[in-house]
Order: sequence, then structure tokens, then C-alpha cells
Amino acid sequence: MKVVEKNGKTVEAAVDAALQELQVGADRVTIEVLDEPSKGLFGILGGKPALVRVTVKESKSDQAVELLNQILKAMTVEAEVNVEEDNEQIVINLEGKQLGLLIGRRGETLNSLQYLLNLGVNKNAEDRKKVILDVEGYRRKREDTLMHLAMKLADKAKRRGRSVILEPMNPQERRIIHTTLHGREDIYTFSEGEEPFRKIVIAPRK
Amino acid sequence: MKELVEILARSLVDQPDQVKVSVVEQEKSMVIELRVAPEDMGKVIGKQGRIAKAIRTLVKAAAIKQRKRVTVEIV
Repeated sequence: MKVVEKNGKTVEAAVDAALQELQVGADRVTIEVLDEPSKGLFGILGGKPALVRVTVKESKSDQAVELLNQILKAMTVEAEVNVEEDNEQIVINLEGKQLGLLIGRRGETLNSLQYLLNLGVNKNAEDRKKVILDVEGYRRKREDTLMHLAMKLADKAKRRGRSVILEPMNPQERRIIHTTLHGREDIYTFSEGEEPFRKIVIAPRK
Repeated sequence: MKELVEILARSLVDQPDQVKVSVVEQEKSMVIELRVAPEDMGKVIGKQGRIAKAIRTLVKAAAIKQRKRVTVEIV
């Protein structure tokens, strides 16, 4: 963690000097005032400058990456970690060899890891941020697969005049299918069952 | 494997120093026992065991490399 201590005529001046040196904005630091400035006699004799200690807070994405690296090391998996953070979410993409292990059957392992990262990073935090974890673009590929599957099964439901029930999926995946088929006039979709076995039904419109 | 459970559990609980992990190893299998402070039990189990399930899934994935059957028990 980066820390600096700075003097200044006023507390504000000292903080500004510290921020200048650290090259960060005021929203990313905690400030402690170690000494209040005093004017001294007649404003000339025995004056004392303000002293502040400014500490750079660890960002959420730093925390997420740190935890993820520890987990990967314990799993003896080597991967390159790329992070993007904005106001709402942290997107982490992993690149490397033999990362199929981290994805698991239908992304089961990847979803578990993402879930645990979310809990670890947002533990007792007031400002929660969603962590999205991907391995070599798996989620995007999976999205394409699901959209393709949705169209195919919608046609099947229409052709047979009967409902088609899909296998259980998590909320994100169900959402992709609902959204894909949202505009269609010939069929409609809904979900049935209880989590984590909730599944989509594609039914023909009569 | 033990380390993995420790890291995960510590990141979830409020009292990380109370996390204790022990391993009972057999020829082809391994039982990992996780102990946490009573107040933290919910944090490693979760609603309908969702967190416990996620921990087990990750440990299982890590175990593939070691060709071992690993069970995680929260005691």
C-alpha cells in the first residue's frame, strides 16, 4: 500500500501536495491529519505547518485480482489475468493453457469461481461491485451457442405444435434465451421450477 | 488442496483466524475438513448450501490434476 506524509501551510495544501506526488484523485485515498497548522506569535514566530498522512486505498479490482491469484496458485493453474473496472463492475478475463479445467461442465466451475470472488470482494462492503469472470472468451461463445440453440428449439416447438423444455440453467443463461426469443410472434417463453433447477419452456402461440 | 480451501474460507468469513482446515488422506481419496467460527458457519454454507457447493466444485476441479477423489466436509 502506498503512503506519503506531507507538510503544508494548511491541511488542504498538504493534501494537495500528497495527491500530486501519488498521482491519484482524492476519492481513492484516506487522509489522516497528524498535525494541525498553528500560526504562532503574531503570525511570524513559532508557526507550525500542517502534517498529513495520505494512504492510497486498495481498489476493488486489486482485491479481486489478489484473491484470484491466490486461488489460481493453490489450484496450480497458470493464467494471465486481465482486468477492466468501471463504476458498476469488474470484468476479469483469464488467458492461458489448459484452462478448460477452470470452466468445467457447462461453465459450472467458472460460475462457482465467479460466485466466490463476488462474495470475497464484496464482503461487508458498502459499495458493492459485480465481478464478472471469463476464461478465454468462454462466456461470449456460450452466449452464441445459447442464441443458436434458442432459435433452433423455437422452430422445433412451432413445427411440432408442442412445448419444448430446456435443461436447467442459471439466471444469466435463461435471460439470454428469453431475450433472443422476445420479439417472436409464433412462440413465447417462460421459466418453471425452483432454483437451481429452473428451466425454460418454449411454447407455440395458438 | 488444503491451501485452496483455506484461502476460500478466509476470504468469506469475518474471523479468518478461526479457520481451521485438516486433511484425512487415503490412497485414492482425500477428505478435507473445514472448521470455522460458529457465527461464520452461514458464510461458508450459504442459502441452500450454495456457497458450500461452489467451494466443492472448485476443489473438485483442482483435484482432477492430482487424480484424487476429494470431499470437503464442513464440521
